[in-house]
Amino acid sequence: MTLLGRTTVNVVVGISVLYTLLPVMWLVLAATKNVDALFNSDLFGGFSLVENVRDLFAMDKGLYPRWYLNSLVYAVVGAAVSAFISIAAGYAFDKYAFRHKEKLFGLVLAAVMVPQTVLALPLYLMASEAGLVNTFWAVFIPALFNPFGVYLGRIFAQGYVPDEVLEAARIDGAGDLATYFKVAFRMLGPGVVTLFLFQLTTIWNNFFLPMVMLSDQLLYPVSLGLYQWNSSATVSPEYYPVVIMGSLLAVLPLILAFMLLQRFWKAGLTAGAVK
Amino acid sequence: MKGRLACAVLMAPFFLLLVTVFLVPTGTAIWLSFFAADQPGLGFGPENTVFVGLRSYGAVLSDPTFLGSLLTVVLYCLLYIPLMVAGALTLALLLDSGVAKLRGWMQMGLYLPHAVPGVIAALIWLYLYTPGLSPIIDLFAEADVQISFLGINTVLPSIVNIALWSNLGYNMVIFYAALQAVPREVLEASVVDGAGPVKQALRIKAPLVRGAIVTVGIFTLIWALQLFTEPVLLSQSTPMISARFSPSMYIFDAAFTRNNYGLAAAASVILLAFTVALSYGVTRWTNRKAA
Repeated sequence: MTLLGRTTVNVVVGISVLYTLLPVMWLVLAATKNVDALFNSDLFGGFSLVENVRDLFAMDKGLYPRWYLNSLVYAVVGAAVSAFISIAAGYAFDKYAFRHKEKLFGLVLAAVMVPQTVLALPLYLMASEAGLVNTFWAVFIPALFNPFGVYLGRIFAQGYVPDEVLEAARIDGAGDLATYFKVAFRMLGPGVVTLFLFQLTTIWNNFFLPMVMLSDQLLYPVSLGLYQWNSSATVSPEYYPVVIMGSLLAVLPLILAFMLLQRFWKAGLTAGAVK
Repeated sequence: MKGRLACAVLMAPFFLLLVTVFLVPTGTAIWLSFFAADQPGLGFGPENTVFVGLRSYGAVLSDPTFLGSLLTVVLYCLLYIPLMVAGALTLALLLDSGVAKLRGWMQMGLYLPHAVPGVIAALIWLYLYTPGLSPIIDLFAEADVQISFLGINTVLPSIVNIALWSNLGYNMVIFYAALQAVPREVLEASVVDGAGPVKQALRIKAPLVRGAIVTVGIFTLIWALQLFTEPVLLSQSTPMISARFSPSMYIFDAAFTRNNYGLAAAASVILLAFTVALSYGVTRWTNRKAA
């Protein structure tokens, strides 16, 4: 390729990377500044990183650490349970034959299409009927449902668990469930991690459902809490540095998860898109 | 039969969820859309739920704010989806061309925003759109250009930008993975036939990853039609975004601000039908083009 061509390619990619990275850099830089420096666009003055962290944890009697903990429980426990449920169903779809199987699978795929906002009001009314509105469960249970995970789980089961292995286990006299938990599940390990990561992102992003279900601030996830603080910031600017620092800290767990589990999400993306 | 029992045990938890958080709520939404609360005597006394047939649908479909929200989300899709697909595909093709430097780092940099939760992405950009806070507006001001990101004509592109920023890298990775799976012989043959790198990218590679393009397009569409988080956040700072800006915001407003469940349910069913019809239409259309 010509030198001009090479340069163009690298310039376009370089500018795109600046576009994706600079806002995050701004967040990091802004998190170190006090209110005055923020509003004077003083790029390097008004350093108050430590104060900002202290203010963040002290604001409104320490709500932030509470929100953070809530988000971690909603997301980590929820994603783990969800991954187990989805992979089991996906495995069963792949390895067993029963009547109307493909129709049922079609229903699972159809569920992917249905907007969250359509389900919110009925879910709210059902939770209200069951006395679960404004409780941990109202946010936790609906987030376990991941139909796309079942679709991926079926693909993983097809790819990772050869039928001969199951046949061999059956000849050895192992029951189907024992085979699943002792043999197949181990082979599905990477798939489980992928589903966990996907659902972790989804639940950490969750905003609409908590907004509908929760009124008690002590149950809020970080996203909803920061949203509320941001509305306070329009009236009292001392909330700005706190919201910015809170946003920065809330980004860290997902970045960490992605870096540690890099090879798994790539596997998942590829399986989902190419097949 | 033993196998049947095992199959049922493995599927039971998922189908329990499917019924309770998907089928029953969907059914409830449809059921609710045919009923309304009648409050006799100025809202005192017991509430009666009465069957009103299609009245709520009529009310929603003749409500200019709902039709406006639908128009907004259609405009948003028309702006966002082509930009997203073209941008992500271009970047994937450039990275796949073999001349891009530091490929791994660039991919990671492009992907990073996807690890930023939607609310926080919207917060970051809201601040970058806010006069006084934003270094971007200051830069423009120094060149004597007055720019407002939250004005009546700029607010929708500003929302598109947030979505684009969040998802560009994610979709690029999907396209890149699909491109890597293109057989090398095909590419070598095209070089022998005299195809240059640009021609090869557009005529050979892009058509071969059609499947990935359709998948990304449909998922982006379904996601875009639910537009909620970004406008809700921006609405805290600009009067240009009303409480019924998008269909999802309309539903939220009807259900939880106006407490009109029938109206909210009817709007939900319409949004659902709209989503299903569009996804189905796009699938049919792309299949026909492939045939």
